[in-house]
Formats: sequence, C-alpha cells, structure tokens
Amino acid sequence: MSLKGFHTETYILLALMVFFGSLGNVLLSRGMKQTGEIIDFSPSALAGAFVRVFTNGSIWLGIASLLVFFASYLLLLSWADFSYVQPASAIGYALVAVLGYFMLGEFISPTRWTGVLLICAGVLLVGGTDPSPSGRGRRDSQQAGAPGEGRRDAKLETLTLPSPRAPRGRG
Amino acid sequence: MRLTVFIAIVVLAGTAGELAVSHAMKQIADVHPLTPSTIVRFLGRAFRMGWLWIGIALMATGFFSLLALLSWADVSLVVPATALSYVAGALGAKFLLKEDVAPMRWAGVLLVCLGVALISMS
Repeated sequence: MSLKGFHTETYILLALMVFFGSLGNVLLSRGMKQTGEIIDFSPSALAGAFVRVFTNGSIWLGIASLLVFFASYLLLLSWADFSYVQPASAIGYALVAVLGYFMLGEFISPTRWTGVLLICAGVLLVGGTDPSPSGRGRRDSQQAGAPGEGRRDAKLETLTLPSPRAPRGRG
Repeated sequence: MRLTVFIAIVVLAGTAGELAVSHAMKQIADVHPLTPSTIVRFLGRAFRMGWLWIGIALMATGFFSLLALLSWADVSLVVPATALSYVAGALGAKFLLKEDVAPMRWAGVLLVCLGVALISMS
C-alpha cells in the first residue's frame, strides 16, 4: 500500500470514529429521554421500561452507530499506534462544541473556547506524527504472519526493536 | 480520599481496557485492501481474541465506576478529571505497548488533556 493510501485510510477511519461515536451518544440520549425517566424500580416497572427502551428506534440506531464506531476503532488500532489514535480522536469534543455553537446556538464560555483551541492544537501536533512509527500493523505483520494468541509478547518485543529507525524510511 | 480512589479506578480501568484492546488489534495482520469481506474477516478474528474481551470487561468496569461516581460526586470535578486518561494512555502506550511516543506526540497529548479538562468544566 502506498503511503498516501495509508494516510487516507487513517483519516477516513478517524472521521468515521468521531462521527459515529458522537452520533451514537446523541441517539442513545434522545432514545432514553423519549422512553421517560425511570422512577419506579419494581420488577414489573423495570420490565416495562426495558421493553420501551428496546422497542425504541433511536436506541437501535444509536447502538448501530456505536457498533460502526467500535469497528472503525478496532480497524484503526490494527495499524496505528494507540498513542496516536487516542489523542487524535479527541477532536470529537471540539467538533461537538463548535457544532453546538453554530447549529444549536449554544453558549460557549471562554473556558470552553480555550479548551476547544487547546484540543485543536494538540490534535494538530499528534496528527503531525507518523500514525505508526514502529510500523507494526502495516509492515511487520506480514512477516509475523498472524500467529494465534498467547506467548506473543516476546515476539512483539523483537518486532518492535528496529522501531527507532523506522520513521525515517517513511519520510 | 474516596473521590481520588474512584477517579483513579475510572481512569485506570478505562485506559487499561483500551490498551488491552489495542494490544489485541496489534496482533492481527493488517486489513489490506479495506473491502467489506476483509473487514468482516478482520472483525471475526478480532472478536476471537482473548485480550479484546479483557479490554471490553475493563472498559465496562471503568464506565460503570464512572456512573457510580457521578451518582454522588460533582460532575464538574469528575468529568474534567477523567481527561487524565490521555496521560495514562500515552504512558501505557509507551511502557506496556512499547510504542514510540515522539516528543511532538507528548506535547499534543498534554494539550489535548488540558483542553478536554477545560471543555468539560461546567
């Protein structure tokens, strides 16, 4: 795979994670509000609430969105570093705040604006690094094959040894 | 004191879960090219990894501890404090997953951590 395709796939999956993660939370929240507050904790009332929750369309759309989010997360982690994916996906916090401001006219305090700016700056810095400097996912896995589970730690150690030299090769 | 312990549980269990999931995914050969059938095969492999389920269990532990914590502690304190997950995640990535965390990435992680803390203050 070309370096360009690799970066494009990384960005597409990050975008899917951010979009479906936020959408899933919003849909679940809407669904739970539609089904009403749970005040009565008797078994029959809880059973009724359970049925209302799982016959609600928003809840199922929310669950579907979160499944897409999780699948994108797993795919991305198969080649990108965790220390890249975790901070990069924080851009979702900033996006949700900015969308709330422009689309819903929500008030954003100076403290929150400062937070949005810091997140954007942080994500830019993290995004400037190679998503996979040790190249474990994309390159070494071919050599390693796809071994079964267990006793893999030792093997991974040896695979990661050349990592400090790897980034230069990717330019 | 109880608050500190609970926040530590939320941050550490959640981060440990994500690290375990990441550890599992690093062991699967990369998906190339990304087509529906390679993705389905990848997910089939992923859900047979022990570390993935350990990760999901830990993430669930962190999530339910957060819910329990929110039932008695102040949201405006608890939610910003969970931004510490970004620092815990980067430390775990470096020392447990043996990732190369470049100085620029560290700087980014610290900014994101501060930013998430500020944005979630109410």
